[in-house]
Amino acid sequence: MKKILTTPISYDQIKDLRIGDTVYLTGMLATCRDSGHRRVVKEKILPENFEFKDGAIFHAGPIVGKDENGKQYMVSVGPTTSRRMESAEADFIEQTGLRLIIGKGGMLEKTTEACKKFGAIHCAFPGGCAVVAAQEVEELVGVEWMDLGMPEALWIMKVKEFGPLIVSIDTQGNNLFDNNKKIFQERFEKLL
Amino acid sequence: MEEALRQQFVKTVQDFTAMTGIYLPDDVEARLREMHQQEKIENAKTMYECMLTDLSLAKELHRPLCQDTGVIQYFVEVGTEFPYQAEIPEVLVEACRAATLQTPLRPNVVEPLAEHNTGDNTGYGAPYIEYELVPGSSDLRLRMYMAGGGCSLPGRSKVLMPLEGVEGIKKFVYQTILDWGANACPPLCVGIGLGTCAATSAMLSKKALLRPIGTHSTYPAVAKLEDEIRDGLNSLGIAPLGFGGSQTVLGVNIEAAAHHPATLGVGISTGCWATRRGDMIIHKDLSSEILSHRKSLEV
Repeated sequence: MKKILTTPISYDQIKDLRIGDTVYLTGMLATCRDSGHRRVVKEKILPENFEFKDGAIFHAGPIVGKDENGKQYMVSVGPTTSRRMESAEADFIEQTGLRLIIGKGGMLEKTTEACKKFGAIHCAFPGGCAVVAAQEVEELVGVEWMDLGMPEALWIMKVKEFGPLIVSIDTQGNNLFDNNKKIFQERFEKLL
Repeated sequence: MEEALRQQFVKTVQDFTAMTGIYLPDDVEARLREMHQQEKIENAKTMYECMLTDLSLAKELHRPLCQDTGVIQYFVEVGTEFPYQAEIPEVLVEACRAATLQTPLRPNVVEPLAEHNTGDNTGYGAPYIEYELVPGSSDLRLRMYMAGGGCSLPGRSKVLMPLEGVEGIKKFVYQTILDWGANACPPLCVGIGLGTCAATSAMLSKKALLRPIGTHSTYPAVAKLEDEIRDGLNSLGIAPLGFGGSQTVLGVNIEAAAHHPATLGVGISTGCWATRRGDMIIHKDLSSEILSHRKSLEV
């Protein structure tokens, strides 16, 4: 059976999830990447129409198109490398009460600690599968911070069973990609 | 050049550019399907299935299969008898802009240092264009590559001491993929260049990346090294997507040039599982044929 998280996300919804588990998200989701993180963490500016508390963000910069009626829609929206947001994510979680970060690949120690301390998780969406993701967006609700350009703006979406999301950091301080890296390192040492 | 002909020239390159964002080249798709079949780990198989679903959805909905359609790079071989040589630079820029706005592709290009997004993937030095002359030919061969962000991050070039030898080359490649491969959307296409300095080795690695998967260097010792590095990288088991599985790469290509005895330059360029490159020929009457996507376009 599919495990589905719904926004607003309570601590109870995520506390028993463990790295490697697969979940899906139904509810509100906003894209937020490099410049968005700078805006929230450094400039202390919050969006007007999106709630980070108990909410979810997606490290992604979409392609947005316009249909024949001029209404904007998600064309293609896969995850971007989460590691780029490492320097800001722990503060982001602490300042906003965010529960779910979706991105590509893993994140590092500071984010892992913040997830444990404040009750949040990081999940990886399969990189590059951008049309799969776009098809799970029910509605493109709005956009803020368009001054940052299309990839960096905060796109607010209503999503349904958005995933597969593979838990990469859980609330207990476990880190999937960190563990994998150790395995790859051991194999590398055997090669030399 | 007559305006109608000029527009046909632009449209041909525009459609080719858009196509490259929507369909994978035949060799990449075939190898991806093969890797899916070869994968034994269940979770890893699920990831490959997600990629294959994405490919069919992109074809069906005619949308870029990955949102990061990269920075557009054109590698042009100009026949000295091709009649519209003077028009080529402007035609490529116009085609890149039109493909970006009409497909749509993601406008990625930001101006150097200012970081201002130009909105149409053109700008100072963008799209990136490189020319080579082909004496006696009346064709224009156009290869293009969409350089995505994540899969460009592992790229590097280094000049080793010659005594480090083949083992040094392998170690540098393995270490680079170990450090950066998981985030670059593996299974990866790995292009390696062997030359004298950092710059030429890097350029050769890009040329290697433009060569189809499964082809080999015409220089036997280099061809052997391609297979060895491929097997070595595969034994790390980083793909799919860093979650871990039975393999790491779609393929490993090496382009080498005779080098200075005191240096051993090694360049690395990587493409993701969705390596988007196209290869076409435009004839002197502007009729054209696509070499890279024959099977893909049949669907």
